[in-house]
Amino acid sequence: MTTLDTHVHDLGMPGNPISAAVAASVELSGEKKSELKAKDLKTDQEVRWCPGCGDYVILNAVQSFLPSLGIAREDIVIVSGIGCSSRFPYYMNTYGMHSIHGRAPAIATGLAASRPDLSVWVVTGDGDSLSIGGNHLIHALRRNVNMTILLFNNRIYGLTKGQYSPTSEVGKVTKSTPMGSIDAPFNPVSLALGADATFVGRAMDSDRKGLTDVLRQAAEHKGTSLVEIYQNCNIFNDGAFELLKDPMTGTQWSIPLEHGKPLVFGPDGASCVVRDDFGGLRIAETNQVAAEDIVVHDATRENPAYAFALSRLSSQDLRYTPMGVFRSVQKPTYDGMMAEQLDVARVSGSADLQGLLGGGETWSVA
Amino acid sequence: MTASTPPPIGAPDDEVSATATHAATGGLVKSVVALDRVVIRLAGDSGDGMQLTGNRFTSETASFGNDLSTLPNFPAEIRAPTGTLPGVSSFQLHFADHDIMTPGDAPDVLVAMNPAALKSNLADLPGGGLLIVDSDEFTSRNLAKVGYATNPLEDGSLDGWQTVPVPLTSMTLDALADSGLGKKEAERSKNMFTLGLLSWMYHRPTEGTVRFLERQFRRKPEIAAANIAAFRAGYNYGETTEAFAVSYEIKPAPMDPGTYRNISGNQALALGVVAAGQRSGLPVFLGAYPITPASDILHELSKHKAFGVRTFQAEDEIAGIGAALGASFGGALGVTTTSGPGIALKAETIGLAVMTELPLLIIDVQRGGPSTGLPTKTEQSDLLQAMFGRNGEAPLPVIAPRSPGDCFDAAIEATRIALTYRTPVMLLSDGYLANGAEPWAVPDVDSLPDLSEAVGFATGPNAEATDGSPEFHPYKRDPETLARAWAVPGTSGLQHRIGGLEKADGSGNISYDPANHDFMVRTRQAKIDGIAASIGPTDVEDPDGDARVAVIGWGSTYGPIGAACRRIRASGRKVAQIHLRHINPFPADLGEVLARYDRVVCPEMNLGQLALLLRAKFLVDVQSHTQVSGMPFRSAELAAVIQDAIDTSTTDTTSTDAVPAGAAVNGAMQ
Repeated sequence: MTTLDTHVHDLGMPGNPISAAVAASVELSGEKKSELKAKDLKTDQEVRWCPGCGDYVILNAVQSFLPSLGIAREDIVIVSGIGCSSRFPYYMNTYGMHSIHGRAPAIATGLAASRPDLSVWVVTGDGDSLSIGGNHLIHALRRNVNMTILLFNNRIYGLTKGQYSPTSEVGKVTKSTPMGSIDAPFNPVSLALGADATFVGRAMDSDRKGLTDVLRQAAEHKGTSLVEIYQNCNIFNDGAFELLKDPMTGTQWSIPLEHGKPLVFGPDGASCVVRDDFGGLRIAETNQVAAEDIVVHDATRENPAYAFALSRLSSQDLRYTPMGVFRSVQKPTYDGMMAEQLDVARVSGSADLQGLLGGGETWSVA
Repeated sequence: MTASTPPPIGAPDDEVSATATHAATGGLVKSVVALDRVVIRLAGDSGDGMQLTGNRFTSETASFGNDLSTLPNFPAEIRAPTGTLPGVSSFQLHFADHDIMTPGDAPDVLVAMNPAALKSNLADLPGGGLLIVDSDEFTSRNLAKVGYATNPLEDGSLDGWQTVPVPLTSMTLDALADSGLGKKEAERSKNMFTLGLLSWMYHRPTEGTVRFLERQFRRKPEIAAANIAAFRAGYNYGETTEAFAVSYEIKPAPMDPGTYRNISGNQALALGVVAAGQRSGLPVFLGAYPITPASDILHELSKHKAFGVRTFQAEDEIAGIGAALGASFGGALGVTTTSGPGIALKAETIGLAVMTELPLLIIDVQRGGPSTGLPTKTEQSDLLQAMFGRNGEAPLPVIAPRSPGDCFDAAIEATRIALTYRTPVMLLSDGYLANGAEPWAVPDVDSLPDLSEAVGFATGPNAEATDGSPEFHPYKRDPETLARAWAVPGTSGLQHRIGGLEKADGSGNISYDPANHDFMVRTRQAKIDGIAASIGPTDVEDPDGDARVAVIGWGSTYGPIGAACRRIRASGRKVAQIHLRHINPFPADLGEVLARYDRVVCPEMNLGQLALLLRAKFLVDVQSHTQVSGMPFRSAELAAVIQDAIDTSTTDTTSTDAVPAGAAVNGAMQ
């Protein structure tokens, strides 16, 4: 996304009203301001998440890191669905739309495809993007529209006060599952890779450094980026990610993904990832395997099978959870190809409206 | 059974001009009969190419200069089992030397390509009508498939019609004996043989079809050659056979000077959208999911990328409108096209468009419902869904085209309203308009409405914050139109957030204030109601100006209602015709206009949806006349309904002495 065409642009036809309005506003306010500080991205709206919610941490991280991309705030659009996390756009001094449940990727697709000059972001939750909006998510990913999707996964329905979500673990007791959930959960990273997403990452709300690092790579990726952010809901699902956050257990059960580095993790690097006999991956004890058998992480592999195998290492109780960038590959973007087709059509055919209306077989009456 | 000299075609009271004779090649003496109008129906198996044949005959007829109106009628199944009743596809064409309004109540000529086509269409052919059948297809196997115990070509059951059995299949095979094509492939050209025969019978120009076939099969020259050979063979057969001693001449219809083309409703809608984009200066973005009978609009718009038109085939109906709304947010002319079931799925997003007050064009090509209903048939039963099919008070403008060509103007008018008032607009077409065709006078582009004034993107602050600093208020309204300010992303300094939650008046921030909500609900309604100020008074067609009965309709019933009114007037009665382009809001004077009449009749292809609205809004005792057969009204039936309303509403006995409409019906009035 850093390769944005910040000069406007032939957006469908030369000298159209969009370009004219943008140019006029820049003239009115001086230069496009792309050197921002975190406070430039705050709005006058009171942030209304529950005290202690993981969403605050993510909002702060985004506001702190976004200026480093050098994009003017008027060129950023955040589209969200419905849910706690989807209030996000109200707190960002950019353009934004708080839309309807599950549909943010579809709305963002239309915006990104028709306005390739914008930096388009989707903020969504596990219920929003994986239940009611599951269809839009997978299709956005397969199309590779240029946008960044932040999926806040708290494994619960918070805004509706505590029903199990499509990422809740089997057996979870909630208001709607008094005897425990009998739904098998989605692993969002596996799902995204199954849809052949070109960029998939995972980060923890409380890990500012790790989160910022994944967000930056996601934002710089051209195409659809999906970042699953583990986010604590301290009211309805408190401590859901404690196994990974707790300094005692975190190192044991998290697998940090660093491109080009061997997948060694755990206290004293005691555990590692090796190939299994069936084309997948498995966990091994580092001292039990040859060094050359330890998998070296490569997020740029064309075939998503490796990244998928990585995503399958973790279980629903979060043991052996890889954190970082699973996959980052370059493919043509939907909006780019759409713009190309328009260019080709313009070269090979003229935009003569009178000719179009009077095309085909006609006859004249004198 | 063999009619070597079929009598003139058409209703018995049609005027038939002088008969001329001339010697055709081969020495046969053939006569030429002049007619003022003909209705032809081609019926065959879905695989027989009846729609293509019909469209070609239509193009020939259009380029000849007749006025015309068509009714394609086909099953939802792409290929039902060959030769069965559910697989029958038909195409009806009415053409004339004068202005006509409908595809005709009943055919004068029926071409049946197989027993199934005969069985399912014969009841519509009036006694004495010309019936041409492909005798090759009347095999015992095909007869058994549709339940004929005996061959109707032999058992005398067709004696009431002018039946001409023609071995269309075997003559096509003979004509293509040297083409190098296999039997099965060659047989497929029998529709072109038939077209050739009809082209001879009705003196149609043939060059257009030859050019069309060359173009259509340019990558398969042997197929093009075979089809052209079959087409010519059919034409020559007509000229030389003794089976047809008469051919018919229907002179061109007088039309206003100009350039004309034949156009279907879906084509006209698509071109209207392209024109609306060009005239507003906005790039068009179509988000759509394939659905019958709206898909052709997607197909057509996909061809016009050179005009900056982006088309997005979405994963579902919801994504189609979602993407269109996202594009509108970015400043494009967002458009979504669908049919009734798709509108049901889009309802929540339409509500979001109402709340965010963004321009959006929603095109509903209505079909038979409820649920999947009758996908390929026509109905007007989405009116109330268009009006009210959303949660909350979510008003939006509703407009409807009245004929295939009028779809073009309706698309531009819908865009004008959407841009001027920052609102989603519902355009209600239907299956009959979508697939039906008529001659269309190609407009001069410079004469089309200039929509650029309606865009008016904000470029700077429009309000002051409490501390006096300049601010942008996205919900600050134009005092006249109540349209909100529209700033597109990328506009410096005007960053703002919109969404589905209730907005504070002006600032657009989230507001749960009870008084604000009440105000905003009423303001959104007032904005839509205020559109009436831009649409002019009700258009009433009442030649004498003193009719006591009015007939009111909307959408595709314009043709049948108009033809029915002509019949009524021809019988010496008086009737006023009101046909609504704008259904929400209604023209401001509509209530007063309706109150002038003793009786108001409202024919609709639903169970009385407009009638319900008119009654609710104006307390007028509207008489609803309804039909939900999936087919358009027949004008003769409507004329009877209107006549009854006139004759029973008046105390003046003179009009009851007038000739009953049924007897006075002149076929030319259709």
